[in-house]
Amino acid sequence: MRKVLLLALLAWTTVPVAYGQSAEDEECAACHDDRTLTAERNGRTVSMWVNFKAFAQSTHGREGCISCHQDVDVDDLPHEDRLEKVDCSMCHDDAVMKFNRSLHGSALDEGRFLAPTCATCHGKHDILPAKDERSKTYVTNIPALCGECHKEGTRVNELRAVSQRHVLEDYAESIHGDGLFRRGLIVTAVCTSCHTAHDILPHENRGSSIHRANIATTCQQCHRQIERVHTKVIDGELWEKRPHEVPICVDCHQPHQVRRVAYTGSFPDSRCLTCHSDRNLARTLPDGTKESLYVNVDDVQHSMHKGLTCISCHTQIAEAKDPVCRDSGPVQCASCHAEQVNDFTISMHGQKRAEGDERAPQCTTCHGDHRILGRTDPESPVFARNLPSLCADCHENRMDPVQNTAADGREVFTHYTESIHGKGLLESGLLVTATCVDCHTAHRELPKTDERSTVHPANVASTCATCHDGIMEEFNRSIHSPNVTTTDKKLPACNDCHQAHSISRTDGGEFRQQILQQCGDCHEEVTETYFDTFHGKVSQLGSEMTAKCSDCHGAHNILPPSNPESLLSRQNVIETCKTCHPNSNRQFVGYLTHATHHDKDKYPYLYYTFWFMTTLLLGVFSFFGLHTVLWLPRAIKERRAQIARRRAEREAEEAEDETDES
Amino acid sequence: MTTDTDPTMPAAAQPAVEAGPTPAPRKKSARTPRKKLYYQRFDGYSRFLHLLVIISFLSLAVTGMTIKFSGVGAFQTLSRWLGGYEVTGFVHRVAAVITFLYFFLHVYYVQRRMRRAKMKFSELLKGENTLLPQKHDVTEFVQTVKWFLGLGPRPDYGRWTYWEKFDYLAVFWGVLVIGLSGLVLWFPETFTAMGIPGWMVNVATIIHSDEALLATGFIFTVHFFNTHFRPDRFPMDPVIFTGSVEVEELKEDRPRLYEALVKSGELEKGLVEAPHPLLEKWARAFGMTALTIGLITVVMIIYSMIFLYR
Repeated sequence: MRKVLLLALLAWTTVPVAYGQSAEDEECAACHDDRTLTAERNGRTVSMWVNFKAFAQSTHGREGCISCHQDVDVDDLPHEDRLEKVDCSMCHDDAVMKFNRSLHGSALDEGRFLAPTCATCHGKHDILPAKDERSKTYVTNIPALCGECHKEGTRVNELRAVSQRHVLEDYAESIHGDGLFRRGLIVTAVCTSCHTAHDILPHENRGSSIHRANIATTCQQCHRQIERVHTKVIDGELWEKRPHEVPICVDCHQPHQVRRVAYTGSFPDSRCLTCHSDRNLARTLPDGTKESLYVNVDDVQHSMHKGLTCISCHTQIAEAKDPVCRDSGPVQCASCHAEQVNDFTISMHGQKRAEGDERAPQCTTCHGDHRILGRTDPESPVFARNLPSLCADCHENRMDPVQNTAADGREVFTHYTESIHGKGLLESGLLVTATCVDCHTAHRELPKTDERSTVHPANVASTCATCHDGIMEEFNRSIHSPNVTTTDKKLPACNDCHQAHSISRTDGGEFRQQILQQCGDCHEEVTETYFDTFHGKVSQLGSEMTAKCSDCHGAHNILPPSNPESLLSRQNVIETCKTCHPNSNRQFVGYLTHATHHDKDKYPYLYYTFWFMTTLLLGVFSFFGLHTVLWLPRAIKERRAQIARRRAEREAEEAEDETDES
Repeated sequence: MTTDTDPTMPAAAQPAVEAGPTPAPRKKSARTPRKKLYYQRFDGYSRFLHLLVIISFLSLAVTGMTIKFSGVGAFQTLSRWLGGYEVTGFVHRVAAVITFLYFFLHVYYVQRRMRRAKMKFSELLKGENTLLPQKHDVTEFVQTVKWFLGLGPRPDYGRWTYWEKFDYLAVFWGVLVIGLSGLVLWFPETFTAMGIPGWMVNVATIIHSDEALLATGFIFTVHFFNTHFRPDRFPMDPVIFTGSVEVEELKEDRPRLYEALVKSGELEKGLVEAPHPLLEKWARAFGMTALTIGLITVVMIIYSMIFLYR
């Protein structure tokens, strides 16, 4: 009894304070405080009772009924049966404006009966501030609030084609959900953190907070310094500046499933292995073939991933499924190896894969699956010494080699094994020699026609310079470097002289003989005149030792003779010639190595000597040619006469002999 | 053809032969041909020198042309067959040394013969026996052209016809010009150190190469025809190897020399035994080989000049 009294006292003292703010409210309460007050709405009887106690405690408790229900005339009560819907925008115009353009708002506009209104989330008279733990919009309650409509099995979820499934379940397992539910972190991300509270838009909408272009900004509300620690994937400020060229957060961190670590505690490997250690475990693919699902634990134990658990990679498991791994899809290596996978998607391999070309490799083609070994492990297929044959698997060995359009044809691997790089690797066992990936990159290989390719003519020099740095330095100062020469003609890159796959020792005879061809491709005239002089002539007869272009002009450090640093400058030319001609002197180096007797203006001495000699030659041959031509018929005639004469003489003699004898 | 098959001795040769001390041709039955008479035209020394000339000249020509026409596939192949540039270069230099050798041997020979005959140098430059052009060469040339055209008889050639003199002097001139320019190319550093400008090496190249072209072209066509391929000698005249010429042939070919020899009595002094059949066989074999090499070379040169050389 005392308790009842105490409560009555409490009610008496507090109620008038709570809703004794205005006389109007008291007048409203006169009717609406009656729990039996009802009205007819769409054929149904609904309660018109207002919990004034809750209202008083609500965020609007101080506002009074007619602040919202403005169409009520307190002087003319009772009011009309139906009042206007409360227009929240009178105060909350910004939130309502956003709501109206949102997915929820437009559904409401279209008259969809499941579409939420303000009240669906915030309540009506009992609206509590979002900071109030009891509020439906309190951070820890938001997943449940949104889940009312968006969890599996709700009507909304069935009617609306949302691409993301198991949103709530996934969220609960994600790092964000984990933070919220298991660690009580109220600063973790909930639905509204990413989707916003009122401005919810589909991700295709450019204005949406989860549109590709905006997602980074959205995530950065919390992960503000993420760019600084994500330097491997993105380059500083790239996210804002070139949103289309770098992966966005959700490319690697799947929405709703964002996780950093696998929850091994909740999902131990032993659980996977109850099934997957069975050698006979297999599944039937849509095309009828069987695929073994057996996993050799030993493989994983000896791989680079030995510290990881199954679900570190096979993330798409869910307790809701049976078995939990059903349709878990391919492993997303990008979750950890984002940089490499990003490169791969850019690469020709990735492009082909995206086009659906079955021949194109994926991560496992080269790295293997459970038994992934590091590239320094001699057993790994990507170990330097194994690499050429790995690439050759597709690029040469197959019946239908993948790359059959390249200039090198299908013999890239054969050529490589004969090249200096290949010999270094395969014969001398040098791991520092260049393999396929050193030039083409491991994950981002692109055809040489692509400007981004490491083997694009513009990039070749810097690609080679990763090892041959000193050469690059020399080359960059030479006349062939784009740094020195501006021309619209093609400047040579490394591979114009040193063939890509069949690159050979430069002191080898074969290479030395090729130099002339290589330089001659562009320097036609001087090469022709080179062949008019001694060095060229002897070279054409196969002499490897004789001076080739590079012996005099230099190889990577070619400079015009007018440059004092040139091998052929006045200061250096004698020394240069001395490499082969130890007694070179100032007069000796005056030998014209590119002279031609056809150029009267440039080489008058040679020109006139040549024509003098030619005239002499023609003179002599004309004279004696004519002499012979005249002589021949005469000589034939004489010869016939001689034979006839001798026959006559012989006959006469024989006759004489006969008379002698007789 | 004239030296080996004619079984009879022309009657016209008889008086001269009978005058000689050597066994006079005995009259025999028609079945045993009369012995032919031979006159020694070249001594062993000269024949040996010509052998050196042939060997060195062919070597020089073939190895040299591989460089001159190094852009032509056929010569590149030839160079490969010969062992490559290093080998041909070595052969060329050895042959060059032989050339200088025979040049000096010949000069020594001329000087020795002059001394023995107590000739003055001025006598070397004129007369019947000189190899320098004389007034009668011009006359002979005019007569020869007339003869070619059927406007006169064959001239009575003396010891040396004008084309033989040209052959001889061409070699003399050629060895000097090609030899000197060749030395410059062989030792360019030495010559330039002596003050010859570098471009002179280029000039030497042109001179060496074109003079060589002239020499080879001339020898392998004009000399070959004049001496060997002309109808009355075809396919070759082995006299430079055997040394002796049949008297009858000498009389027909060089009547003026014949008369002079008869008049001075030199002919009898120069009569020799017919060349040994084996010598003649080898002479012909060697001669034909040399001629063939020369002909092939000249065909290759002409082919290169016409189709491929710039």
